[in-house]
Amino acid sequence: MARDSQAALIALNRFGFGARGGASGDFINAASDPRGFVLAELARPNGALLEVPGLLSTPELGKQVFDYQFEIQQARNAAKAAQQGASETPPQDAKPQPRRNLSLSTAAKEIAGRDPAMQPQAADGANAAMSSSATMQPSVNPPKPPAQPLNIIQKTFRAEALARLQRGVVADCGFVERLVVFWSNHFCISANKGALARMWAGSFEREAIRPHVLGRFGDMLKAVEQHPAMLFFLDNQQSLGPESRAGINRNRGLNENLAREIMELHTLGVGGGYTQDDVTALARVITGWTFAGRRGQLGTPGSFVFNANAHQPGPQQVLGKTYAQAGVAQGEAVLSDIARHPSTAKFIATKFARHFVADDPPPALVAKLQDTFTRTDGDLRALATALVQSNEAWQAPLTKMRSPYEFLLASGRLLARNPEDPGRYLNGLNLLGQPLWSPAGPNGFPDTAAAWAAPEGIKLRLDISAQLASQLADRFDPRDLLELVAADAAAPETRRTIERAESRQQALALLLMSPEFQRR
Amino acid sequence: MDCSESLTMQATSRRALLLGGASFAAWAYLPKFARAADGRDPRFVTIILRGALDGLATVAPIGDPDYAGLHGAIALRSDGPNAAVMLDPFFGLHPAMPEFARMYRAKQAAVVHAVATSYRDRSHFDGQDVLESGFPGPGRVQSGWLNRALEALPKGERVTSALAVGPTTPLVLRGAAPTVGWAPTALPQAADDTAMRLLDLYQHRDPTLASALTQGLQLEKQAQGDEMKPKPGGGGVAAMRLVARGAAKLMAADDGPRIGALAFDGWDTHANEGGPVGRLAQLLGGLDGALAEFQSGLGARWRDTVIVVATEFGRTARINGTEGTDHGTGTIALLAGGAVNGGRMITDWPGLKVANLYQARDLAPTTDLRAVIKGVLHDQFGLGERVLAETVFPDSAPAKPMKGLVV
Repeated sequence: MARDSQAALIALNRFGFGARGGASGDFINAASDPRGFVLAELARPNGALLEVPGLLSTPELGKQVFDYQFEIQQARNAAKAAQQGASETPPQDAKPQPRRNLSLSTAAKEIAGRDPAMQPQAADGANAAMSSSATMQPSVNPPKPPAQPLNIIQKTFRAEALARLQRGVVADCGFVERLVVFWSNHFCISANKGALARMWAGSFEREAIRPHVLGRFGDMLKAVEQHPAMLFFLDNQQSLGPESRAGINRNRGLNENLAREIMELHTLGVGGGYTQDDVTALARVITGWTFAGRRGQLGTPGSFVFNANAHQPGPQQVLGKTYAQAGVAQGEAVLSDIARHPSTAKFIATKFARHFVADDPPPALVAKLQDTFTRTDGDLRALATALVQSNEAWQAPLTKMRSPYEFLLASGRLLARNPEDPGRYLNGLNLLGQPLWSPAGPNGFPDTAAAWAAPEGIKLRLDISAQLASQLADRFDPRDLLELVAADAAAPETRRTIERAESRQQALALLLMSPEFQRR
Repeated sequence: MDCSESLTMQATSRRALLLGGASFAAWAYLPKFARAADGRDPRFVTIILRGALDGLATVAPIGDPDYAGLHGAIALRSDGPNAAVMLDPFFGLHPAMPEFARMYRAKQAAVVHAVATSYRDRSHFDGQDVLESGFPGPGRVQSGWLNRALEALPKGERVTSALAVGPTTPLVLRGAAPTVGWAPTALPQAADDTAMRLLDLYQHRDPTLASALTQGLQLEKQAQGDEMKPKPGGGGVAAMRLVARGAAKLMAADDGPRIGALAFDGWDTHANEGGPVGRLAQLLGGLDGALAEFQSGLGARWRDTVIVVATEFGRTARINGTEGTDHGTGTIALLAGGAVNGGRMITDWPGLKVANLYQARDLAPTTDLRAVIKGVLHDQFGLGERVLAETVFPDSAPAKPMKGLVV
């Protein structure tokens, strides 16, 4: 059997989540046919979908949030009524109060809580409550009961996180899951935006990202921009056409947040040839793209709807082309054209190569990917295949750092710890600066080696590795683990360092921190 | 894990909170000044507000006849409940900033209005690159202006304590001059021996990681004993205060850092920005608290301190359709500190008539932010005009250092 250890390291670490432990034989399989090992996952039908019993659709989840918030509101009203001391009056919540129709903005305010910017407080609470056990604590220790029962939002976030983590830990190579993470970060939302975003973070990825990871970019773009989570994250549900019926009645108008990020971050990229006028025009075009609220006047609560009342009437000019379509078709036509724009092909090709290969990716590789993207009309399976088939992706030195997510998942795979509780992973991600589905801005988490190789980040990785090793090392011989991770591709210094360690614990911590395990 | 659950949870929520809103990093060396004569020991802090601060909502041109119409429901007023604090007959300060108002009255704070970097588009990320890199255009993200200023300073002793929050150094302080950082954590530490062995491996195999680990280890040691007690909850506002308190404590020490940077996120107020109360008001309250923490924490050193607060660009003069503001151009910069020649509004006010707005939409910038920062760096550290125009802010010669910002 041909054996190429260096290529196996690249196959597993650059393209996947690292070798699994136990008797997986991942390294040997990867060494015998590195490209085939990576590409095998692309051939599985529906391999990117995540269908796990108990995970609900976005409208179902939306309804739960609406109901939960409504209950809280009712309880508050009741408390207020009781406080007013009218003991002879029946409590206010004895029957649901008929309420006047809510405006979109009022609904949005309710959904987001009083103040979206202050929501992280609640979000922190949610994250903290996830940590029923300490960071990366072994699952043999029963998790301590959380101080307070989790609410529906926290429960849902944990369940979605767990499903994603489990998929990553058991995947053969993990290339498809790496693609999911890449696209999910490209089209990121942040769970910290508010209750709905936290509730929908997982369903957004399952519904808008995964079905298209091996499909077409244009389809993913449309699914993303019409997903309630994205509309909520970038405020589009509040944006009204100034001359729309709702805009005139309420004397409110445009919010160009989503339109700008579509052009700047999702498709054309900065310098991609659009102007402020294009941003504003696109903002007008997508007015009315919203989701139905609790009362469901526009459709099933929590589902995407086009609200004609909020849509700016008339043709709009975007990137020099006039779009005269009526209704939702206008925006869909613009997105369809932007998805095919040469700037988009270049922007995506560069970002894709940067993520997998190098901070400054080889220009020949970028050109090849750009050409594939253009030629196949944005076929993302073809894009991924072209990356793996290229020579550049196998020749570039391993200069990238694993992101915290990749590092924690790779550790879990090697140590054969399929999580039953997401808490330790979520805690580790918080500590290392990559809280799950919660980047600081709509540009997502950084994707350069320097961003993840900062002094403090490395020190924290060492502390986490040492802690993990202190709990688990007795079950393993670190020298065997080094064979599973890198075999002949391990540097002599790394091998020596591990062999000479004073304890199994120390050896395992050093292995997890070795360049072979940290670089990709 | 040995530590109690509550400790872990606190640490986790605190870290999440800090990452969500605030970070601090500092130069690893003391500047060496031949200033024994007057005993001056200058401090400099820059606070980067990421997301684009609405300058017209923070220091409102209430005397401008067009202001109230443009800022609509969220405009500040000079009378009534939650009235702005009038800094002069024309400009009113947001009521959420009483500490800054007090500093202003004590002539230890100043406002520069209608200011902008050289960047004229409206991408946050490019705008932040320009603000922090100090280059005239985006795309230069290898080093920041503050780091290049450090390289031009005579280097003294290495600092023995430093603090940084967030696993990455902000661009403004990134570059060749060594910086330090630290973050509190309740994780048990890896044993020293393990760390030394790893360092040895990195030195043979991966010099970049060796350097990162070396710094990470030093910082952790220095931070120990520092009582940065985790505090659950509080959100980004509390984080601003907390990180400023820690930074001030370290910078007050004789062997502590003299020059540092903080970055506060969350200023992108597209919707429901709020007027005298609301979302922006809460954030401004956090910033105000952070400035107060610096004053109290620096103690006697406040006298020699200049803090510059800057943001990547401003926001639209007219509120948008969702009672917020979209990405704009001109905004404010704030100066605070005992060394600031304060009590002044520094502005060449362009007016808010549509014809005077930049692209009929934004407050037109009339002051180059680089001139402000160059003026401070010149007065505070004696950096020469040429270094400032060529190295610190490349190609910025026309933006001459503003004079008289420091007493």
